[in-house]
Amino acid sequence: MAAHLKRRVYEEFSKVVQIHHEEAPAKKLRLSKPSKSAALHIDLCKTTNSTDALQYLLQFARKPVEAESVEGVVRILLEYYYKETDNSVRLKIASLLGLLSKTQGFSPDCIVDDAINTLVNEKSHQVLAQLLDTLLVIGSQLPESPSVRQMLVEVACKHLSDSYFGVRNKCLQLLGCLGLVDTPLNKDSDGVGTLRHTGAQRDVQTIISDYFGDQDPRVRTAAIKAMLQLHERGMKIQQIIYDQACRLLSDDYEQVRSAAVQMVWVLSQLYPESIVPIPSSNEEIRLVDDAFGKISHMVSDGSWMVRVQAGKTLGSMLQVSPHFLEQTLDKKLMSDLRRKRTAHERAKELFASGEFSSGRKWADDAPKEKLDTNTVNLIASGACGAFVHGLEDEMFEVRIAAVDALCQLARSSPSFAEKCLDFLVDMFNDEIEEVRLQSIHALREISTHITLREDQLDTVLAVLEDSSRDIREALHELLCFTNVSTKECIQLALLELLKNLNKYPTDRNSVWKCLKFLGSRHPTLVLPLVSELLSTHPYFDTPEPDMDDPAYIAVLVLVFNAAPSCPTMPALFSDHTFRHYAYLRDSLSHLVPPLRLPGRKQVYGLDSVDSGSGPGSVESAQVFLQQSLNRVSTIQNLEAPGSQDLLNFTIRDLQRLGELQPELAGAADFCATYLRCQLLLMKALQEKLWNLAVPLCLKQNVTATAAAQQILEETYKLEFLYSGLENRQVASIHHVRLQAKALQLILTARTKQGLDLLMSSCEKFLQEIDSFQRLFLTELPHLQDSFVDKLLELMPRLSNCKPAELVKILQTTLRQSGLLQLQLPNQQIHRATATIIEPTGESDNPLRFTSGLVVALDIDATLEHIQDPQKSVKVQVLYPDGQSHVIHPKPGDFRKPGPHRHRLITQVYLSHTAWTEPSQIEVRLLLAYSSSSFSSLSSLAVNQWSESMDSVPPSEAAVEGTIELSKAVKVFIMPKPARR
Amino acid sequence: MPEINVTPLGAGQDVGRSCILVSIGGKNIMLDCGMHMGYNDDRRFPDFSYITQNGRLTEFLDCVIISHFHLDHCGALPYMSEMVGYDGPIYMTHPTKAICPILLEDFRKITVDKKGETNFFTSQMIKDCMKKVVPLNLHQTVQVDDELEIKAYYAGHVLGAAMVQIKVGLESVVYTVSVNKSVQAAWIDKCRPDILISESTYATTIRDSKRCRERDFLKKVHETIERGGKVLIPVFALGRAQELCILLETFWERMNLKAPIYFSTGLTEKANHYYKLFITWTNQKIRKTFVQRNMFEFKHIKAFDRSYADNPGPMVVFATPGMLHAGQSLQIFKKWAGNEKNMVIMPGYCVQGTIGHKILNGQKKLEMEGRATLDVKLQVEYMSFSAHADAKGIMQLIRMAEPRNMLLVHGEGAKMEFLKGKIEQEFSIDCYMPANGETVTVKTNPSVPVDISLNLLKREMALGGPLPDPKKPRPMHGTLIMKENSLKLVSSEQALKELGLNEHQLRFTCRVQLQDPHSDADTLHRIYTHLKGLLKGYSIQHLPDGTVMVESIVIKVSSSSEDTNTKVLLLSWSYQDEDLGSYLSNLLKKGLPSGLC
Repeated sequence: MAAHLKRRVYEEFSKVVQIHHEEAPAKKLRLSKPSKSAALHIDLCKTTNSTDALQYLLQFARKPVEAESVEGVVRILLEYYYKETDNSVRLKIASLLGLLSKTQGFSPDCIVDDAINTLVNEKSHQVLAQLLDTLLVIGSQLPESPSVRQMLVEVACKHLSDSYFGVRNKCLQLLGCLGLVDTPLNKDSDGVGTLRHTGAQRDVQTIISDYFGDQDPRVRTAAIKAMLQLHERGMKIQQIIYDQACRLLSDDYEQVRSAAVQMVWVLSQLYPESIVPIPSSNEEIRLVDDAFGKISHMVSDGSWMVRVQAGKTLGSMLQVSPHFLEQTLDKKLMSDLRRKRTAHERAKELFASGEFSSGRKWADDAPKEKLDTNTVNLIASGACGAFVHGLEDEMFEVRIAAVDALCQLARSSPSFAEKCLDFLVDMFNDEIEEVRLQSIHALREISTHITLREDQLDTVLAVLEDSSRDIREALHELLCFTNVSTKECIQLALLELLKNLNKYPTDRNSVWKCLKFLGSRHPTLVLPLVSELLSTHPYFDTPEPDMDDPAYIAVLVLVFNAAPSCPTMPALFSDHTFRHYAYLRDSLSHLVPPLRLPGRKQVYGLDSVDSGSGPGSVESAQVFLQQSLNRVSTIQNLEAPGSQDLLNFTIRDLQRLGELQPELAGAADFCATYLRCQLLLMKALQEKLWNLAVPLCLKQNVTATAAAQQILEETYKLEFLYSGLENRQVASIHHVRLQAKALQLILTARTKQGLDLLMSSCEKFLQEIDSFQRLFLTELPHLQDSFVDKLLELMPRLSNCKPAELVKILQTTLRQSGLLQLQLPNQQIHRATATIIEPTGESDNPLRFTSGLVVALDIDATLEHIQDPQKSVKVQVLYPDGQSHVIHPKPGDFRKPGPHRHRLITQVYLSHTAWTEPSQIEVRLLLAYSSSSFSSLSSLAVNQWSESMDSVPPSEAAVEGTIELSKAVKVFIMPKPARR
Repeated sequence: MPEINVTPLGAGQDVGRSCILVSIGGKNIMLDCGMHMGYNDDRRFPDFSYITQNGRLTEFLDCVIISHFHLDHCGALPYMSEMVGYDGPIYMTHPTKAICPILLEDFRKITVDKKGETNFFTSQMIKDCMKKVVPLNLHQTVQVDDELEIKAYYAGHVLGAAMVQIKVGLESVVYTVSVNKSVQAAWIDKCRPDILISESTYATTIRDSKRCRERDFLKKVHETIERGGKVLIPVFALGRAQELCILLETFWERMNLKAPIYFSTGLTEKANHYYKLFITWTNQKIRKTFVQRNMFEFKHIKAFDRSYADNPGPMVVFATPGMLHAGQSLQIFKKWAGNEKNMVIMPGYCVQGTIGHKILNGQKKLEMEGRATLDVKLQVEYMSFSAHADAKGIMQLIRMAEPRNMLLVHGEGAKMEFLKGKIEQEFSIDCYMPANGETVTVKTNPSVPVDISLNLLKREMALGGPLPDPKKPRPMHGTLIMKENSLKLVSSEQALKELGLNEHQLRFTCRVQLQDPHSDADTLHRIYTHLKGLLKGYSIQHLPDGTVMVESIVIKVSSSSEDTNTKVLLLSWSYQDEDLGSYLSNLLKKGLPSGLC
């Protein structure tokens, strides 16, 4: 235990050094180096037996060592290594050497020779393996030195003949990671002329491939892995290896087979077009086809790991010829030696004959013609039926891999896509949800190539009743992109979607969206259905449907989206349909496209303008946006009359623009918010009351304080809520924030009397200016004449003057500075938004639970344009008594259904003491941000040695906060007192 | 040469009463002990008199292994053990052990109580028989005795079905019941048995995917339920019934359906209980869900009561028996047959003469007892859910296990013929399909393990390269000692020491006549140079005492007494240098080349 105490002392010692470091960082290096290695030395000398030493080394391994003292530590360890007789201690030392050489900032070239020397006298195989591992670490730390590599490779070759598998494994690994990529070894050694190692005479690949036939399966695996490693490092694997790799596919051990599958795949990608002979025949085929056949064969391997590997691999073999590809779906059934048709074929036949039935006929699967026994192929050879096997596998992992592979292959080959459709649709009925989901996604990806048949659609639509929301939404997404062939299909889809809507009312939005695409994709198929769908009659007036019925809205969405491409369609509408159109166009404008309806221009003036200008409208809106900004920039003097009005109008314009042009909503919103900040600032500064004495302008102070606070909040929103900003915009935002802070400072100076407080806030402000300058150095030229620019000019004076003076300067600068013009970034600005879908907040039934216990509340929300929501999105629960909880959802609760879109489905736990009657809590989503304006500074302070981190206080300038992301949803809850 | 004998007592080119005798390495094993459903006389059970005419079987059999609980695999067990007499161990897996007695008891009740047969086994006999059972765990190697070991693999056919590997020394036999279509469920090592005995019921069938069939089934049920109709599914109590229950239960869960599902009472409940216990033996889906809940704790499926049949609204009922010939399923069928909204789904094969068979063939009017007729208006569906492996499954299994010989049982002869041809063609291994009572003898060529002394091995290692090269066999010298059933390879010195024998030197001598005009010494020198030129890498010495030593071979020259030109060479070598010695003698017989100086 003396060792412990000793160590304690040294630790404390080094801590003291760390604090010194703030002033004199150079000193630390010299002081701490002896500390670490000396401590180690003393401790190792003190240990009497190997158990103690091992214990000590284990503890030692937990603490990092600074780069400067690594070498010393290594020397001590090596010294001890030679003295030690116990294998386990030597093993630990060997592993420590590897660990140490990974230390950042330490270059291990100085210990290479020492490490190699240790190998010479080592007897224990385990230690030898560990030492080789250490060498591997060292070697990979020194990618730039070929001589070291050469040396290490030679060492590896020498030990390849070891009888212990671990040593051979490590040697192969070493060869794989360090073997020279471009120059084969023999050229090197020829030049040198040394014949020290016969192994080095051949190139690395041959050496490694010799071990493909090793007696130990682990070594065989390592050999293949090493070869793959070589490939990854850019060495061209020779084609000769192909045969060997193929032989390994029938190895007894699954790990070998699995690696061999990868190897064969790599070779097939390298030499797709070379020709290989087919054994036992004179024919020859392309290598990629051959490999495809062989890997397909592995889909029916005995081990499921290999099957998964093979399944995954197949998907990326896109060069395979279509003939082989189609074989993978080959499926022949027989019953009592008579050919039987598959369900797929039957369905197809029914479809072709024009009769659609669900196959409800006794013995329609009765076997037909007699099969010739010679033609029946019982064992799948080559690619035959590979996917049929994969998709019917018992393990769902294999099935998922097969679905993925099918999808990848189908994406590149439309004809194959057509063929695999039946199989994919079949997978919609898998018993495991992941597989169903995966196959729905797969079908969506290939949907451009395919048209669904009616019977297939039928199967697809049956999944709409699935209780899993993910599945249903994925299916809606799929339907958005599918092509169907007949009007019956449309009708069928509509019917099933309405059923879905009826069963799961929460799917409303998703179903509507789905119908929108369905309508716009198949206008001609919808046209003949219109009168039926709207239940109009040529002679009779039919009752007007209920406008609030989601099902009716769904039908209308379908019809209206088909209408733009079918000019004849509106003629079929009845009067109320037009009225409903107007209503829906207004209330659900994202679902209902603008229609040009005859004689209704006056009502839909806006729409017709929109649709009239066509594709140019976005551009014109962009121009408008730019013009508005330019107009604002003419305001030079904040006091100028009318400038406030101008700002006000511009803000209003921009907001309306955002509503009209969804593409520009983000940008418009961003500008409007920015201008609002400016407006607030202007208002706060404009008042004449600034010249009055402090006690007289209390009211003014209050509004100004509020304004400053609000501006600060808005700037955080601007910075973190919008994506697509460039550094320049961020600079503008920070600039506004700086102005707001200046305003705050002035107000503090005016109200608070304490000089200390003022001093510190002045200092803080100066720091902020400093950091602003550092952060936006490149942007400074764009900030000519701005507030900051002026301040920076005055900077030398500011840093020396008294607070009162500083405040005065600030005040004048602030009032004189003009408005900083906002430049729009080149890319689109998006505003992060979130909508809570569930809970809807409509329920009147309180959620009852016993007080003190918890109740889980399901939350389902969609998030858009949020980067990294796993870290930033939080759920806030606000209780009526003002208590508020912020809950951090699990990363697994976020799903990503599309680009820039996330879905949060989580549960939050509520709890409270008993209430007498139900009341509402509020649930909302928050976006957490942390603005560390001093981030660059604090990162400098971060030290290599983590121990020092404890002493560094967290950067005080880091502002953490949250922004409200969504509207609050109210949930009725009722904690009941517990019954005794 | 050792051999393995296989004799089917039942199930040879036949379906039913599986019973196969295997004698391997001097051990006799009985695989399965089933009954034939088609017979009611003595042919019902396997002919145990084949083993012995009178007396008990115990001394003739080392163990009995039961693969799964179907009656055609275990039905004759109490008869064999209690009535014929067998006291040795009976091996079966845990689930089989649990469910087997239920089925046997049921079988007994039907035969004795309903059909009134006498001379049948009693309940007590079933119990006594089950006491002799030793349960097996999957992948557990059980030593039956010192030499015989058995190991069970998962076979996936029905709950608890197992493949069994029987091993004596290095000879082994694998016995498998029908593996599932998704063969991967059934997994076996590449154990390369001498014989793989496999069932071949569906030898000529390749089936469509299970998913397709399930989808059809579920779709039909779903549509009927949506129409407001009732669905009747007549089932047999075990196996498929549970499978269908799970299927419907998951579907209900998935589709969020509310209509009730009922399961008619009877032995099913007991069986369900066992299914609950043996979750680990079921498929991946059930095992995966088990973390949340036990799939057999049905949420939607409830016990059926007679009165429920008249309840309005949609429902699904599983009722026994499966062929609609009697009992609850028939009662319900009568009630529901008149409504075209309803549906009956026959999930299995129906024997001729049963109502199930009639309605499947489209009969619309049924004559019931008395004069009454029943109009069949409800829809009739057929659904095949057989759990047997198809031809592809068997082939896959062969590929996985790589047996040296294949033996087909439990299938129709004609169908086997086809599969046999295929197997022989694809794998080029011998395939047998013995009839009942016919013995198949397979010669095995087991490698014989020999202990080798470490010293000897090290010595050999030192002589050759550092590592033995697996591709090149290398001869080594040693002495093989056979002692009390064990084989040992030791160096000859050690062997001598162990056996207490003196070492005898064996030397070969040989005279070779040679025509050579030179003097003796010159001849010897000529021989020396000649050999030196030929045998590179051997130590050849010309010793001063007038001999030439090639390694340990001594060559001397003397002139013959009659003719000085005829030289007599004396070669002498020890037994160890036989190769070199005979080579030298042959060489010298040819004479010396004249060009030598």
